[in-house]
Amino acid sequence: MYGNDFGQADAPGGRATTPHPLNAAETPDYTDALAAYFDGLIEEDQRVEPRDAMPEAYRKTLIRQMAQHAHSEIIGMQPEANWITRAPSLRRKAILMAKVQDEAGHGLYLYSAAETLGVDRSELLDKLHSGQQKYSSIFNYPTLTWADAGAIGWLVDGAAIMNQVPLCRCSYGPYARAMIRVCKEESFHQRQGFEILWTLSRGTEEQKAMAQDAADRWWWPALQMFGPPDTGEQASGGHTAQSMAWGIKRFSNDDLRQKFVDMTVPQAQKLGITLPDPDLAWNEERGHWDFGPIDWDEFWRVLKGDGPCNEQRIRTRVQAHEDGAWVREAAAAYAAKQAARQQSEAVA
Amino acid sequence: MSSATWPLWEVFVRAKRGLSHVHAGSLHAPDREMALRNARDLYTRRQEGVSIWVVASEDITASSPDERDSFFDPAADKVYRHPTFYDVPEDVEYL
Repeated sequence: MYGNDFGQADAPGGRATTPHPLNAAETPDYTDALAAYFDGLIEEDQRVEPRDAMPEAYRKTLIRQMAQHAHSEIIGMQPEANWITRAPSLRRKAILMAKVQDEAGHGLYLYSAAETLGVDRSELLDKLHSGQQKYSSIFNYPTLTWADAGAIGWLVDGAAIMNQVPLCRCSYGPYARAMIRVCKEESFHQRQGFEILWTLSRGTEEQKAMAQDAADRWWWPALQMFGPPDTGEQASGGHTAQSMAWGIKRFSNDDLRQKFVDMTVPQAQKLGITLPDPDLAWNEERGHWDFGPIDWDEFWRVLKGDGPCNEQRIRTRVQAHEDGAWVREAAAAYAAKQAARQQSEAVA
Repeated sequence: MSSATWPLWEVFVRAKRGLSHVHAGSLHAPDREMALRNARDLYTRRQEGVSIWVVASEDITASSPDERDSFFDPAADKVYRHPTFYDVPEDVEYL
């Protein structure tokens, strides 16, 4: 979700055993040869490309993760689009529109990467619309003030970059290439968000309070974006270990979260914003910032549908899809007509 | 809901004059004209290209990774195609 993967763990991919092989491709020898080839690629830190043989569980994990990631990008257009008509200046409006367009583009890169594994985008969209596939729970929170546009860029995109940069080295080639493109574009997103807050933080008392309020509301959800703890005892619960073995994931959720906190605390100080965590303190011994406990009950509650905006996000998404149906149909009909005309001209 | 699925197109972008077109990704579009316009909006929002090709994905014929070894085998034992294969005296210039 936004570069992370919180779905149910798949059954471990075993060697396909067919009691009575119909041809060479179904014999255990052949299956073993393919598995050895795949393991060799992973071991040498080579990229796996679309038509390579790969374990079914690897394929499924990637499709699910890329789909969730793509869904997060396009659902993520909504909270910010909410402020396009009310952006405080033409400059801010143009920037915000470019950013929301980028999010649409990121969604399309990722759907396109997922399709290299043999799924169709429309299938994935249907799963998003029916709730079978998730998107990042961060987008189920509302954008109440203009400062939220700043906080999303600074904290949400900042956390997303932290998750996404390691994905540029993901073992699956098309995913890695899509992420390189996405990461290049994200850095403008984070900077424009910081700039919004930087401007507010040097404004009137009201504006400063607005920036603080936005940070208060987005800080914890941003930390939750890295996913549940997956080091120590908690590691057995998720599929971080398998994803790391496959080279899909390069760092644990906890490592990335710590990096994000360490990066963000000095930025907050610069903004004059107090992050809403009384336990936040520099730990000399660890060389990192300590932070307080995260409310994982809230995370699971919001992920499972009980956030402030879950229903609204999906409703808006489905509505947009249905309202656009006639455009898709008309364009397809036009294309068919043109193709038929060209064909009859070629015959004549 | 997904009755009108558009065909898939592969997009190739020339970053600047003097470079060849490089595969950028794919997209869905109803026809080649729309594919080109969508490619512009999707893959060159920051002036990443001066020229775009779109090719219907189904029109691409590709070698199979399963036959990789045998397919590329003919070149594998012809090291004499490389200049480093040859023993020449070190004191000869422009060679």
